[in-house]
Amino acid sequence: MADMDEPEKKRSRVVELTEKMVVDGGNGLAACEWEGRWNHLKKFLERSGPFTHPDFEPSTESLQFMLETCKILVIGAGGLGCELLKDLALSGIRNINVVDMDTIDVSNLNRQFLFRPKDVGRPKADVAADFINSRVPGCCVVPHFKKIQDLDETFYRQFHIIVCGLDSVVARRWMNGMLLSLLVYEDGILDPGSIIPLIDGGTEGFKGNARVILPGMTACIDCTLELYPPQINFPMCTIASMPRLPEHCIEYVRMLLWPKETPFGDCVALDGDDPEHIQWAYQRSLERAAEFNITGVTYRLTQGVVKRIIPAVASTNAVIAAACATEVFKIASSAYIPLNNYMVFNDVEGLYTYTFEAERKENCSACSQVPLDLHFAPSSKLQEVLDYLTESASLQMKSPAVTATVEGKNKTLYLQSVASIEQRTRPNLSKTLKELGLMDGQELAVADVTTPQTMLFRLYFTS
Amino acid sequence: MAATQASKEQKYDRQLRLWGDHGQETLENAHVCLVNATATGTEILKNLVLPGIGAFTIVDGHTVSGEDVGNNVNLAFMLQNRAQAATELLQEMNSDVSGNFVEESPDKLLDNDPEFFHRFTIVIGVHLPESTCMRLGSVLWSASVPFLVCKTYGLIGYMRLVVQEHTVIESHPDNALEDLRLDQPFSEFKNHIQSYDLDSMDKKDHSHTPWIIIVAKYLEKWLSEHNCQAPKNYKEKEAFRQIIREGIFRKNENGVPEDEENFEEAVKNVNTALNPTKVPTALEDLFNSEQCNNITSQTPAFWVMLRAVKEFVHNEGSGSLPVRGTIPDMIADSQKFISLQNIYREKAMQDTAAVSKHVERLLQSVGKVCCKNASFLRVVRCRSLAEEYSVDSVNKDEITSCMDSPDSEMVFYLMLRAVDRFYQQHSRYPGVYNYQVEEDISKLKLCVNSLLQEYSLNVNIKDDYIHEFCRYGAAEPHTVAAFLGGSAAQEAIKIISHQFVPFSNTFIYNAMSQTSATLHL
Repeated sequence: MADMDEPEKKRSRVVELTEKMVVDGGNGLAACEWEGRWNHLKKFLERSGPFTHPDFEPSTESLQFMLETCKILVIGAGGLGCELLKDLALSGIRNINVVDMDTIDVSNLNRQFLFRPKDVGRPKADVAADFINSRVPGCCVVPHFKKIQDLDETFYRQFHIIVCGLDSVVARRWMNGMLLSLLVYEDGILDPGSIIPLIDGGTEGFKGNARVILPGMTACIDCTLELYPPQINFPMCTIASMPRLPEHCIEYVRMLLWPKETPFGDCVALDGDDPEHIQWAYQRSLERAAEFNITGVTYRLTQGVVKRIIPAVASTNAVIAAACATEVFKIASSAYIPLNNYMVFNDVEGLYTYTFEAERKENCSACSQVPLDLHFAPSSKLQEVLDYLTESASLQMKSPAVTATVEGKNKTLYLQSVASIEQRTRPNLSKTLKELGLMDGQELAVADVTTPQTMLFRLYFTS
Repeated sequence: MAATQASKEQKYDRQLRLWGDHGQETLENAHVCLVNATATGTEILKNLVLPGIGAFTIVDGHTVSGEDVGNNVNLAFMLQNRAQAATELLQEMNSDVSGNFVEESPDKLLDNDPEFFHRFTIVIGVHLPESTCMRLGSVLWSASVPFLVCKTYGLIGYMRLVVQEHTVIESHPDNALEDLRLDQPFSEFKNHIQSYDLDSMDKKDHSHTPWIIIVAKYLEKWLSEHNCQAPKNYKEKEAFRQIIREGIFRKNENGVPEDEENFEEAVKNVNTALNPTKVPTALEDLFNSEQCNNITSQTPAFWVMLRAVKEFVHNEGSGSLPVRGTIPDMIADSQKFISLQNIYREKAMQDTAAVSKHVERLLQSVGKVCCKNASFLRVVRCRSLAEEYSVDSVNKDEITSCMDSPDSEMVFYLMLRAVDRFYQQHSRYPGVYNYQVEEDISKLKLCVNSLLQEYSLNVNIKDDYIHEFCRYGAAEPHTVAAFLGGSAAQEAIKIISHQFVPFSNTFIYNAMSQTSATLHL
């Protein structure tokens, strides 16, 4: 029609229709629905097929469940989180909660597409929720500008599925522990209704992985702790007296020079996000390097080492989040058998994926019911026990706090996180287990950031 | 100006650590064309806009429909032209990028102005019917413009790279072997080794001597005692390791060797250290190729540099590549490590200068980057779509051998071809509407059979797959589109930046099993 070609008329017609779409869907559709909106999804929910999950029954009610009842929690609103929120919203999920304790930084903008330059400094969870809620009509993302540890059982229990887009192994282990703590056993049998599936995604540069965890049933995060590469920490003697690489020079400045010179004030810690701090560190690192004829110190390298920066791009996050969201869809709709249970992705050379079933560890400290034993001589010092808790490949605790019942009273043997208690209990580290009044076969309770629950160990004396 | 540059450095910091400032420059000079702003298409483009490509142009004659808005975050309103609608929302994501749109179907453009496509760094064609795809493929092949074909069909993702010849200098291989030349020490290295006398050192020096020196010293001794034959098999290497272990400094009165970590490093590295220095076969093949040996004034820089490296190998290099110049970190005191590192660095600089002379001789500008990466130079060549589709040159072997494995993703490739055939015959895809699903199964089966017959493919495709593809009804679920969006975008970045090696030539993603495969078709 000739007059429809005029841009003015075209635009106003578009606005008219959009308003109609928002206010009244017509055809008995709910508000915020329009004709054909969920066509792509309905084919998977309303049609039978040869590869569907054995329990799958096509019905129009599945879509209603996804839209109205299904409640998903996204942990992290960063590289993976932004993609996850979009993927879930466009897969028919309306009830989404997102948790993130960070605020937006300029360096996030190359991939966290829900954020704009004007949002820098604002909480990620809030901005992400706003964007999705306004772009995807009907979607209701509820943000939580908090640490995962600030939320409790009651909060986590309300979700059907939890998807993680975290950047730390410690946080993953905590979430893992939280979901394990929600499991209900009756007469030793796991109640399937208490299982909340955990979909976990991780990326680093051009590599990533996506996994499905059914707490209490499949391999958990701690079952496969060895899959996570250890963090690179240079030996102190290298840093202090025998640097060879530009990184050694930077670590020298960060760990030794800064605390000594306190260039910005007595209690001011080195802040990787403060360009002035990095500039100072960069200059001092250059000087250190020059002493040893080491080349290669740059501003970018300095910041990278100080902040332990991991390179990141939009594409890898898009791929991994998409794989995770596909699994959420499969589980929420029962349309297909979910991934069993670990996929690895790498596109450095071509595109490579590898899918396998990670196995449960028989004596996993987190998810097996196997009691945890500690075997030490009564003459061993408490420090040795703590070293074991932190250095053991299967436990990898960060700063364990140990308590025990001694002579009928609950006694804190050592706790690092509260300065006054740390000072008071520090002498215990060099005392022997016998001196501390511990008995053969007694229980030790250990708390750590890697788990929301206190872990119980049984202490057995060796001769 | 300076302010924008600084803020770009901050914004792109995380990706600059992967492809460097020079890689970023290639992105910012690139103009990407997307044909069809479906969810897959705009997801790909989003992942190119965010890292800051210079410009994009969307070609799409469609109008935004209800189901388009349902699966695409880059479309908000219906009834607009889809190219324009997507351009507005994508453009808004990154102010460094300039977006354009052409409200035209690709077929129309190919009819009226095929040279329109010549201006692009890469063209990404999404959800193109077979005929359009072939036409566009042919135009781009003649113009040497890289073409990336993508589609999401139900739970299957598909990508096909079509590029005649793509050169990669910086392939950034994972786990590359070091270039230490222990088997053929160059003279400066030999002299440096001479300057060490392990037997007369004090404990501190002894335990801070780089393992490279240790292995070199013991190797010298071994060669003199074994008729210049280096340890070859496991037995000999183990004997060699044992000799090194015994070299650990005995300070302890009881003659018990104390820990010397540098000696332990030496023992651990014997296996790889004794790897003979040689030119990789893949590189030899490139040296023997037509392009390398026929340098003209039109030859691209890559081949000139490669030829210069070849000349070096046959002259100054005495059969070896230019020295890479890097050594891994190892236990050592600063002075010993740095002086050893400098031996390799200076040699690398010398070799680079020699290669540059060859390049000058071959009338081009210097390639320093080429030398450091000489061992990892790669060339990717893909067959044209015409070759893939022609009965005379179809890759039957690849298809039939893959189909021998029950879980191969090849079956999805064949189903996508069958579905294209269905579209050609019926001007629609199978099973789009519920009532069509049942009746289309037999129609689709006919297409499958005619496809297999035409190409004389003696393979069997289970009815389940035919049923499943009717069930899909050409749906484009967002999560599968997003997976492809990330994958394709990164491949496009590899093409644009000439860093990292792209796939060749067909990639299939199966969201049902979360598996994938790369096929050569």
